[in-house]
Amino acid sequence: MTKLKRVLAGSLAVLMAGSALAACSKKDSGGNGDTSYKGFNEEANKKAAEAGAFKPTKAETQKQNTEGSEESKKQIRIYTWNEEFKERLRCYYPEYDKEASEFEVNEDGSQGARKVGEHEYLKDGTEIVWVTTPNTDNQYQNKLDEDLKNQADSDMKIDMFLVEADYAMKYLNGPYTMSVAEVGLTDSDTADQYEYTKVAGSDANGTLQAVSWQATPGLFAYRRDIAKDVFGTDDPEKIQAELADWDKFNAAAAKLKEAGYFMLSGYDDSYRVFSNNVTYPWVNANSEIVIDDNLLKWVDQTKEFTDKGYNNKTSLWAPEWNADQGSKGKVFGFFYSTWGIDFTLAGNAEDNKGQKDGLYGKYAVCAGPQAYFWGGTWMVASAGCDNKDKVADIMKQLTCNKDILLDITKGTQDYTNTKSGMEEYASTDFKSEFLGGQNHIALFAEAAPKIDFSKVGPYDQGLNESFQSAMKDYFTGKVDKDTAFDNFYKSAIEKYPELKKPGK
Amino acid sequence: MMVKRKSISYAKWGYIFIIPFFVVFIIFNLVPLVSTFYNSFFENYIAQGYMQIGPNWVGMDNYSTLFSPDTELSKYLGNTFVLWLLGFIPQIFFSLLFASWFTDLRLKLKTGAYKVIFYLPNVIMAAAMGMLFFTLFSPNGPINDIYMKITGAAEPIRYFDNVWTQRSVIAIINFLMWYGNTTIMLMAAINGIDTSLYESAQIDGANPTQTFWKITIPLIRPILLYVLITSLIGGLQMYDVPQIITKNGENVNRTSMTLVMYLQKHLFSKNYGMAGALSVILFIIAGVLSMLVFFFVQERDPKAKKKKGGNK
Amino acid sequence: MAAPIDAVGAKSNSTTLLIRRIICYVVLTLVAVISLIPFYILIINMTREHSHIQKGFSVLPEGKLIDNFKSVINNQDWKMLNSLKNSLIVSALSALLSTYFSALTAYAIHVYDFKLRKPVFTFILMIMMVPTQVSALGFVRLMTSWKLIDNFIPLIVPSIAAPATFFFMKQYMESSLPLDIVEAARIDGSGEFRTFNSLILPIMKPAIAVQAIFTFVSSWNNFFIPGLILSDKNKRTLPIVINIIRSADYSVFDMGSVYMAIGISILPVALVYLFLSKFIIRGIALGSVKG
Repeated sequence: MTKLKRVLAGSLAVLMAGSALAACSKKDSGGNGDTSYKGFNEEANKKAAEAGAFKPTKAETQKQNTEGSEESKKQIRIYTWNEEFKERLRCYYPEYDKEASEFEVNEDGSQGARKVGEHEYLKDGTEIVWVTTPNTDNQYQNKLDEDLKNQADSDMKIDMFLVEADYAMKYLNGPYTMSVAEVGLTDSDTADQYEYTKVAGSDANGTLQAVSWQATPGLFAYRRDIAKDVFGTDDPEKIQAELADWDKFNAAAAKLKEAGYFMLSGYDDSYRVFSNNVTYPWVNANSEIVIDDNLLKWVDQTKEFTDKGYNNKTSLWAPEWNADQGSKGKVFGFFYSTWGIDFTLAGNAEDNKGQKDGLYGKYAVCAGPQAYFWGGTWMVASAGCDNKDKVADIMKQLTCNKDILLDITKGTQDYTNTKSGMEEYASTDFKSEFLGGQNHIALFAEAAPKIDFSKVGPYDQGLNESFQSAMKDYFTGKVDKDTAFDNFYKSAIEKYPELKKPGK
Repeated sequence: MMVKRKSISYAKWGYIFIIPFFVVFIIFNLVPLVSTFYNSFFENYIAQGYMQIGPNWVGMDNYSTLFSPDTELSKYLGNTFVLWLLGFIPQIFFSLLFASWFTDLRLKLKTGAYKVIFYLPNVIMAAAMGMLFFTLFSPNGPINDIYMKITGAAEPIRYFDNVWTQRSVIAIINFLMWYGNTTIMLMAAINGIDTSLYESAQIDGANPTQTFWKITIPLIRPILLYVLITSLIGGLQMYDVPQIITKNGENVNRTSMTLVMYLQKHLFSKNYGMAGALSVILFIIAGVLSMLVFFFVQERDPKAKKKKGGNK
Repeated sequence: MAAPIDAVGAKSNSTTLLIRRIICYVVLTLVAVISLIPFYILIINMTREHSHIQKGFSVLPEGKLIDNFKSVINNQDWKMLNSLKNSLIVSALSALLSTYFSALTAYAIHVYDFKLRKPVFTFILMIMMVPTQVSALGFVRLMTSWKLIDNFIPLIVPSIAAPATFFFMKQYMESSLPLDIVEAARIDGSGEFRTFNSLILPIMKPAIAVQAIFTFVSSWNNFFIPGLILSDKNKRTLPIVINIIRSADYSVFDMGSVYMAIGISILPVALVYLFLSKFIIRGIALGSVKG
């Protein structure tokens, strides 16, 4: 027993020695997360902002040590995290062999839960192999990183992978892409695509690496019944005048509060509108984190909204946030982009799926205080792709072929990446029943060219998430502002060890 | 004694029979463990998703970062302990209560169905349990519906925006998942106690409370310790439930972030150096705890033999 | 002997006893109801459509049970039935290997007196508490370099070294495996390995059954390591598929499917448990009492 006690005491001593040692080496080591001030330092932040934006460089393309095997050449391997692109390809890519793939569409034409066979093929017999990994907890990117790294020595080549706007930069500047030109698309092929989708799809040198079939401008969707009650009109133009800038937006919020409504549902609702309109990107040339003034404005606005009861204290995607969009909700409006209106808002507004009851037809959209975008998926051909022709054709058909893109818009309400096509729709009497007969495509077509993608960097996804979740504690009053900022820096550096708190 | 002397000639079989265990352990546990520890002395992570930084030898730097006051490692250790304790106290209380009721011969309770139901929550995976309770306690979930209907309050209770309510929800889930198991174990321990002890206590005029504290508790002490230690193991590894309830642990100023959740953060960012260092610390904590197990197991041995003899 | 005491306070005793009994039943029933709440929420939500579930809970079921079931089973990207099969293979083999080799290891420590016996026992107790997450990093890298990604081996074989199962087996042997049986077998000329297989294993049946079920359930519900090892859609186990359904994108995200998938994954285990509950309860008792 005494022996054991000695061992126990010994290991405790090791632990204590560890912390003592750490305390000693602390002085001279500049380990991650070392900070010399608490919370947010305006001066340091300003200095960091002036240091200039972090300029990512395009990495050298990965060299392939092996060639794809015969089997690999007969397969087109596509990495994705969800069903959206699969559905687009299955339904709208003319070379997709529906019969051989045993693809059946639901009778009611509804999304999801379609039937598809075990193996899927193109009409020339090439098998399509999907590798699907969910996005949660960074799993998709982890999987992609690992497999792309091993691509050089693998004889089963990944041909194409999909990326989202929030982390697209990471891959476009990485070594694992094949440029769109090399795949075989010309500038004239992509001429009709929205400019911002091309900026988003380019690497640090401005070479196009990725293309998208959609554009995702955002609008403000509001309740017509509440608008009439509070502002005396539900006309989108007049409501837009009430919400034209943030000062007016805040004033409208006060008015709504007086009448017993909420302007917004939760803390994060207006976040993207602010974060898409920043002056400085998240990270500067010295890898210091920069918090833009516009984000600080979001913090102040949201704190004010929370304290004054202008919002209903929910979080994005929470059940109560969804409920706020239904007929029992008391929230005036939601910032939503193209896909969100047709899928999420429409679903939440109806009391029963497809019944056209509840708030069906009682929403309308207007541009809101600032232009923004939300979401979007880009296709990337991978370095080492051994089915170039087929990838090129998929890209061409699904992102450059106006007829196919218009078919997608007709079939799915998706806002597709064809400027001329969308403008045509804008000038027709295209109507959304859900929005009470409004032609929302017209508003989207106005908003899309205003989107500025130039401030988006490789760290956006992680930093946006960390910032929102750290600030939530400040909004709810659980911590003071300094602690919230500290928590943000902490979480940011946990995610990206190469980043630093400014002025350290 | 006879057995012992004879078995000496069979000693080689002892070695042969433990070979599979150790071969597998070395390949699948020890090698990864050592490589993890080795990593802890390096700066080794992936920047911008594709740029491999390191491995560069940095000595104890990762450890000094972890032990620096900014990292608040002690906070996560404290959270782990508090979350475990919050679940363990009701667990041991109710398990003892139910076990003593179930074994009370005078009460003559019909217990079959209860025992089955009490154990049932254990078959749900922890993550799903977290999801179901998230629904239950959400601002427009059934708990708040009932609360608002009864009190007429306009505002729901935001269980996930508050340190102690959030921790309590996690504790309730842990409690529900494990109290059934504990009840059954304690019941078995109480059943093993010689009934004549209770009879003589009754003759001496002891009431149920007295017999419980004076006879039952001292005699099931070893198994209580076993429950405590196994529960500690689970507590140290706690991850799935708080992960879902607290959105990756960052809710409410990180007051429900456990050590393993913190480790996961470094694993997700592929910071092999920091994750390695944190793993070493976790390993040492686990080591200290398991030495406690060892201590108690040794203590128990002689008593166990005595009781076995007494029972037969 | 007890009779006179009962006679003394018979009347007051019987009323207090009745009150106590009522209190017991009330408390027990209350806790039982709380224990069943998660199942209730699950079953209700299995019958509801997505947009309703998203907006909050309802006490009464709706009529979408069959729809949800179909959409989970028919989706070829999820391959629910296939993953059910995979989970079954992984969990069953894990349970088998884990119990057999833990029994074997425990038997070695229990029966044979070899030099390293004590250190080995101590060592296994020491590693019992090391969280899986600690070595996960090295584990995944090692499996990647051995090309064992998308393979069941890294999920099944490591269960041979299961310290907790070993510990339970050891406890059980101490209470229910007299060494004279082994002696008797030796006198009959039985080989050591044969003795273990044909004589000891049958005696160990209750403990093996209990640990087999424990290992099965924990392997069945395990997401952490499989999530890092498996990604091929034909190789995925249930928790991975549930995670995929949970993180589906907006156009197909369907909470009805999520709850249905969880239901489908829990029901087999719950049913097995209900059928074997008597056995399990007895088994837990047997292994743990002898403290």
